[in-house]
Amino acid sequence: MDFIGAYSPVHFKFLLEGFAVTLEVAFISIALSFAIGIIVGILRYGQIPVVSHILAILVEVIRNLPLLLIIFFTYFALPEIGFKLDKLYAAILALVIFESAMLSEIVRSGLNSIEKGQIEAARSSGLTYLQTLWHIVLPQALRRMVPPIVGQFISLLKDTSLAVVIALPELMNHAQIINGRNVNYVIPIFLLVAIMYFVVNYSLSLLSRKLEYKHR
Amino acid sequence: MPDYSILIEHWDLYMQGFLHTIKSSVLALIGSLLIGTVMAIFRIAPVRPLNWIGAAYVEFIRNIPLILIVFVFFVGLPALGIRLDSFTAGTLGLTVYTAAFIAEVIRAGILSVPKGQMEAARSSGLTYLQAMWHVILPQAIKIVIPPMGNQFINLVKNSSVLGVIAGLDLMYFGDLISSETFVTFDVYIFVAMFYLVLTIPLSLGVGALERRLARSR
Repeated sequence: MDFIGAYSPVHFKFLLEGFAVTLEVAFISIALSFAIGIIVGILRYGQIPVVSHILAILVEVIRNLPLLLIIFFTYFALPEIGFKLDKLYAAILALVIFESAMLSEIVRSGLNSIEKGQIEAARSSGLTYLQTLWHIVLPQALRRMVPPIVGQFISLLKDTSLAVVIALPELMNHAQIINGRNVNYVIPIFLLVAIMYFVVNYSLSLLSRKLEYKHR
Repeated sequence: MPDYSILIEHWDLYMQGFLHTIKSSVLALIGSLLIGTVMAIFRIAPVRPLNWIGAAYVEFIRNIPLILIVFVFFVGLPALGIRLDSFTAGTLGLTVYTAAFIAEVIRAGILSVPKGQMEAARSSGLTYLQAMWHVILPQAIKIVIPPMGNQFINLVKNSSVLGVIAGLDLMYFGDLISSETFVTFDVYIFVAMFYLVLTIPLSLGVGALERRLARSR
């Protein structure tokens, strides 16, 4: 094992560049997935005949597939039917498809957790269904959704590493490139990479726990 | 419509992958139940150093990517002179990763059993471990089954990382079939179907259990 060689400034810089891509992909994906997840969650909560059923099936299928398989689809299979995406967009698309399904479930159970009595009270005080949803249900539900959404973001940060299969230049990919140079770097580099993921994710999980505590 | 002749002609390869996916998931489940139970008990046993070990394991492993753990077994150990085949390395990685999540599930289950039970068991003369085994764990199991089911579903999905290290699972054989046939989309549609055959019944089952448990409360 060569800790000194592995932890050279050049390698540090290279890993941090990779981590920047990891964070960038994770942020863009969670933002887009949140927007889609809210819409899908509300549509399913609203129990609109056909639409809710189709969405339910879509969400169930996506949630029950491995993310890795979805990444294969967006990068290797889509070009076959005429959609060629570069690595970055293929990775983001796969993460957004998968995470939107996950987040829509969080949104839906957040909405369902609001007592039905509140909706009845709001409706009988003269608000329309959409007004009730916007002013009464959504604000309360959103607050309850924050901790599970932070949890989902942690998963997403970890899952970004799966894009190593399409050689997206994120943290795992950069780690593997350094490891390829010298077998004595492997253990020190894996240790450093693990610590990088851990520091960010553990801080986020502490934040999530704090938020959870505050809302009780 | 996908080209079903691919599925029929390569049925044997799909089945090999399917069986390895099941085998890896079941082995990792057994292993992670063992490690997870030990870590959960470590976290709540009245012994400080054990608490630290349990907490360190769970918090560290939960916050790093699965693929990194698999790489440690597949690339890291050979760097130290220990060589494992890809299926074993992948399954060990899955076990170590899943154990951290299962430890949390079991810990929550144990903590949901009222404190008085442990006190009563201890004062009737049982040792801490006897009380845990005969009194607390049997009661915790009922509460733990639905979240455990969810962990198993995640495990089946996560076993796809074996494909990254040529671990003979569904993803690996998907790769093989698509390089033989020069078809990607349809090949992976069938791979997806094999995964859904496993995960959809499991998640329907977990959902039913959850509703039943919610009613009985």
